Amino acid sequence: MKTDYIGKPTSRVDGALKVTGTAKYAAEFSADGLTYGYVVSSTIAQGTIKKIDLEEALNLKGVLQIFTHENVSGLAWFDRSYKDEDAVAGSPFRPLYDKKIRYSMQPIALVVAETFELARYAASIIKVEYTTESHISDLKENIPNSFKAPKGKVGFKPPVSRGDAKEAFENAPVKIASEYIHSAEHHNPMEIYATTVVMEPDGKLTVYDKTQGVSNCQAYISKIFGLSAKEVRVMSPFMGGGFGSGLRPQYQLFLAVLASLELKRSVKVSLTRQQMFSFGHRPASVQQMALSASPDGTLQSIAHTAYGETSMFEDYTEVVVNWSGLVYQCENVEQKYDLVKLNTYTPLDMRAPGAASGFHAIESAMDELAYALKMDPLALRLKNYAERDQNDKKPFSSKALRACYAEGAAKFGWDKRSIEPRSMREGNNLIGWGMATGSWDAMQMKATANAVLTADGKLTVGSGTSDIGTGTYTIMTQIAAETLGLPIENVTFKLGDTLLPEAPLEGGSWTATSVGSAVQSVCTTIKEQVFKLAKKVKNSPFANADLKEVNFDNGEISLKLNPSKTLSITDVMKQSGKVSIEEEATTMPNPIHMLEYSFNSHSAVFVEVKVDEDLGTVVVSRVVSAIAAGKILNPKTARSQILGAVVWGISMALEEDSVVDNNFGRFINHNLSEYHVAVNKDINDIEVIFVEEKDDVINPLGIKGLGEIGLVGVAGAVANAVFHATGHRVYNLPITMDKVLGLSE
Amino acid sequence: MLDFFKQASGSHETTLAPPPAEPAEVRLNINGQQHTLQIAPWVSLLDALREYIGFTGTKKGCDHGQCGACTVLVDGVRINSCMTLAIMRDGQEITTIEGLSHGKELHPMQKAFIDHDAFQCGYCTPGQICSAVGLINEGKANNLEDIKELMSGNICRCGAYTNINAAIIQVKGEVQS
Ligand code: FES
Ligand code: FES
Repeated sequence: MKTDYIGKPTSRVDGALKVTGTAKYAAEFSADGLTYGYVVSSTIAQGTIKKIDLEEALNLKGVLQIFTHENVSGLAWFDRSYKDEDAVAGSPFRPLYDKKIRYSMQPIALVVAETFELARYAASIIKVEYTTESHISDLKENIPNSFKAPKGKVGFKPPVSRGDAKEAFENAPVKIASEYIHSAEHHNPMEIYATTVVMEPDGKLTVYDKTQGVSNCQAYISKIFGLSAKEVRVMSPFMGGGFGSGLRPQYQLFLAVLASLELKRSVKVSLTRQQMFSFGHRPASVQQMALSASPDGTLQSIAHTAYGETSMFEDYTEVVVNWSGLVYQCENVEQKYDLVKLNTYTPLDMRAPGAASGFHAIESAMDELAYALKMDPLALRLKNYAERDQNDKKPFSSKALRACYAEGAAKFGWDKRSIEPRSMREGNNLIGWGMATGSWDAMQMKATANAVLTADGKLTVGSGTSDIGTGTYTIMTQIAAETLGLPIENVTFKLGDTLLPEAPLEGGSWTATSVGSAVQSVCTTIKEQVFKLAKKVKNSPFANADLKEVNFDNGEISLKLNPSKTLSITDVMKQSGKVSIEEEATTMPNPIHMLEYSFNSHSAVFVEVKVDEDLGTVVVSRVVSAIAAGKILNPKTARSQILGAVVWGISMALEEDSVVDNNFGRFINHNLSEYHVAVNKDINDIEVIFVEEKDDVINPLGIKGLGEIGLVGVAGAVANAVFHATGHRVYNLPITMDKVLGLSE
Repeated sequence: MLDFFKQASGSHETTLAPPPAEPAEVRLNINGQQHTLQIAPWVSLLDALREYIGFTGTKKGCDHGQCGACTVLVDGVRINSCMTLAIMRDGQEITTIEGLSHGKELHPMQKAFIDHDAFQCGYCTPGQICSAVGLINEGKANNLEDIKELMSGNICRCGAYTNINAAIIQVKGEVQS
């Protein structure tokens, strides 16, 4: 077959647009009379605005208006109007709502001017006086005030315990207990958050927003500003990275729409890189792990406690501790997850939320236990391999983690590892090999797609999802082309537009499964329609044939048993006098399967580090990441997704650290030269393996999603490799040279 | 750092930026075409391209010389266009991502980026490509380690470095052979 694109390495269909600079991102749309907004951020973390002096700024020629809490009114009153699809328990942040300051860098004014430069200048001469109150910003210090994480966020599962972990721990012969801390991290996609609101001549708004969910944003602004869905169209054809930061509407969207409606002008509001640290982030966490085992390595107990930070106004939750009861077979598991309120913006899902931090603790602890047992770390994982999901008491729909361990270890050469720490070196470099396991949920959501086949054999498929770099455009085009047997050039996939049928938020690794299923379904319906027509054309070779007996390939229908009998799709359309066929389909996960099975992707990560013995600098010289995530739709873009996730893991392990200055309750390294993310020089050999994993239960495509799984085990594997190299365990992320040398914790 | 802090805060006594200046005529030679603009002297080359001319292929990732997304070539040399005022580039030859391809025909570096899947979201990509073209012009990068070092001014948050380097090595090979 020529058009069986699913599973074949395929170059991105939007590649040419991206390499020529023609792909347009939110801040790159223009309009007649476009004005520019610039946000002023608070300098204190807690208190009130006493006085805000706008006079000098407003007097500048070209400054149109400055919006503050003093002159904004007439907005929705109730919290529910501000709740978006990804909202958590509590009261959502309302920009410019009142004089109260709840966190440092809270937006307190929007200057709108004829040019960007003028708006920025005017913002710099606004004088603000505050009444400062004492703030709370230290997570660890405030653990005594922690409280049980409430429900409220979609997908949040409270921890579940089983057996008696305390007693088992007391009685077990081998045990370890440790505490892990990791700092807050900020998503920092390369594209800065921006919204361009175009005021159309009829007063309707076309909003180009940086978001992972156009319908979420449309609903949000409609509710707050009392607009109907018809009056607001939200578009996001390209997104310069999201990683979760675009799951909730950000405040520049609110501000841009507000200004546009008030001024009756088109408005663009772009944040600064500094202001990218003024909304959601991966929350800092403190985790305590206690493991015990019998001498042969059989786990006797797992106790996992996590404290996460949240804001003063909402309770952000993520699944941090539940993983420890999922990945390993153990009868006695105790899980606890508490929150601590700080003067910070509400944390926000960041790539593999909960799992990235949770697995760092679990996998570091498993490593520590392996040394206590004098056992190979991989052997310990295999010894405690979970055949079933003991949290939910269900079988997995599929689980090829054993194959990840085996293939990853073989590729890496794990069997050549000497078990003793500090036993491998190369000149001044201590060499360490570490490994870790990872897991993520394979979820599917309700999604709708439409498709139009025209008489020229061209197919346009659409769904209001987004492509944040994940390759959505490409894989959906592949699925559509293969389903209908069309050459890929004849298929166009559209996304990021509220005029398209609704798709779920682009997150949680569920886009391929959810939107992919809808695309496959709508194209199957069109195929059935085409075949019905084909059967009826004059002298049809398919008059007595069944759909099962034909192939759709390369724009043609042919009999499987007699491939010389063909009809092209364009001929069928022409002979039937059809101009186009249009269909829409909605898909949902199978509810019975949902009850019966647990759905997870898995990974095994093997890492080599070189640690300079004198300087304590860590270089990750080699990574092998073996992934079990069902069928891989496009090995080319899939590999890139895992490569990128491994880069994220290295970055998380060694570099990323949003430093809070507790004197000011403020992130002080809020720019890209002081908030380090991995650069080219930090990255060396990365090998990606997709192990074979057949899954007939999960969805007709047999896919699980790839957005998060590549990141999950990496930080733990790096930490374990550093221990193997140096014999010194660094419990707190990021692992910087001072910690490696034992100069700080 | 202190300046950024203050600028974003709006709460300080002294005025940091100069008072608004009147527009002046600036002539920019971009991708072989002359553009005459009436812009204030405080407009960066990056904003001149994106906001005043409409060449949005050049990206803004930080506006402070920290990310490389805004990389363009000036007289063949790669620079961060956010760190220079447009008026300072009057008369120089500026090449942006839009100027690398000829119609539908892509520059070899652009093609190699597609072939090697050297991007995901694509936002750092124009900067990476301009930087890579500049790197080859410099003739300094002789091996993978050099490339990694000399491309480290261009952050890719999607983490496409492995493939970016593969694309550069391929094009370098073609240029040399
Ligand atoms: S935008 Fe110029 S270096 Fe980041
Ligand atoms: S491709 Fe997304 S930042 Fe490089």
